[in-house]
Amino acid sequence: MILIVNVCSEKLHYYEFVKPIEDILKEDFFVKHYSELNDSDLVRADRVIICGTSLGDDSFLKDLEKFNWIKNFDKPLLGICAGFQILGLVFGGELKKKLEIGFFRETFEKEFLGLEGDVEVYHLHNNYVEFGGEFEIFAGKSFPQAVRFRGKDFYGVLFHPEVRQKEMILRFVGK
Amino acid sequence: MKLGILFSGGKDSTLAVWIAKKEGYELGCLISVVSRNKESFMFHVPSIKSVVAQADVMGVPLILKETTGVREKELIDLDIAIEEARDRFGIEGVVTGAVCSVYQASRVQKICNKLGLECFNPLWQKDQVELLRELIAEKFEVIVVGVAAYPLDEKFLGREVDSEFINEMVRLKEKFDINPAGEGGEFESFVLDCPLFERGLEVKSFEDFGEGNSWRREIETE
Repeated sequence: MILIVNVCSEKLHYYEFVKPIEDILKEDFFVKHYSELNDSDLVRADRVIICGTSLGDDSFLKDLEKFNWIKNFDKPLLGICAGFQILGLVFGGELKKKLEIGFFRETFEKEFLGLEGDVEVYHLHNNYVEFGGEFEIFAGKSFPQAVRFRGKDFYGVLFHPEVRQKEMILRFVGK
Repeated sequence: MKLGILFSGGKDSTLAVWIAKKEGYELGCLISVVSRNKESFMFHVPSIKSVVAQADVMGVPLILKETTGVREKELIDLDIAIEEARDRFGIEGVVTGAVCSVYQASRVQKICNKLGLECFNPLWQKDQVELLRELIAEKFEVIVVGVAAYPLDEKFLGREVDSEFINEMVRLKEKFDINPAGEGGEFESFVLDCPLFERGLEVKSFEDFGEGNSWRREIETE
């Protein structure tokens, strides 16, 4: 069972940032808002996807202590945009400002959940994270766009794969 | 939160309004841009002036702006219209009916970000057949008012978006790779009735323009 973590503070953003992930997975998932997560959810989950949210919604940044469970989590996790930022910040990364909206071409130096070489991705973010050395960077010449935690199946992408890289999400969940 | 809706009068923007309303958001105003360019990349064109009647039966104020429709210049006009909506009606966010057009969605995102407004795209990445079926489930009465792709032709103008229409679009998708909900601009629609309207609209008269596989219907409603 895949746990989809909703980080949106507005109900209407669910349709834009969470439902597309549900539609890709189609089955075997459950959705919880980060503020309502409990231990049994994390036990029940085989994998976790932390979704993104809108440019104007950064309330999750004020609630980072609610993501401390990630430090001890030992199952696969994928952070998308906001989820990418959360993953980095929980492990001591530094938040930096950078606005990117629309299609951008990113180069994957090594294979990352099926992505390799030049890939056109959809960006919608105000921030990125400077990751610590425990993360390996797979894409991003100026700043990290795709990372993996060394020794764990924790992945993070600053872009939104639900727009043009749906197969990357399916690869993560083993479909 | 009070919202402004980028409203074309077609199925997508109207369904987006309905979702926002169902989720408890306040509808501050509709924002419609009339493009003089019939090939606009950004805006729905056929029967756009009938949004006045739709706004009336919805009981929601309408900001109606005209643009020359020159690519990118029309975005400046949209920017001005959204800024007016923010200043006149105190909207805090904008709703669009964008489904898969990154061109449209990213440009509205940039405008909203600049103006300090939230941007909501409740149909984003939605399966197009699911979208059409949701219209029927929610009792939307929708007709086709424009076509722009083979093999769609003038015979599609005025057709109701019903189960038969959906089945036909699914067949055309398999054969001609047409987006079943018209997201590639294959067809344009107009909503005559839906749960947001105090009463349904009727087509009083219409005029068709076009040739081959490119047609639009300009309707007058009552």
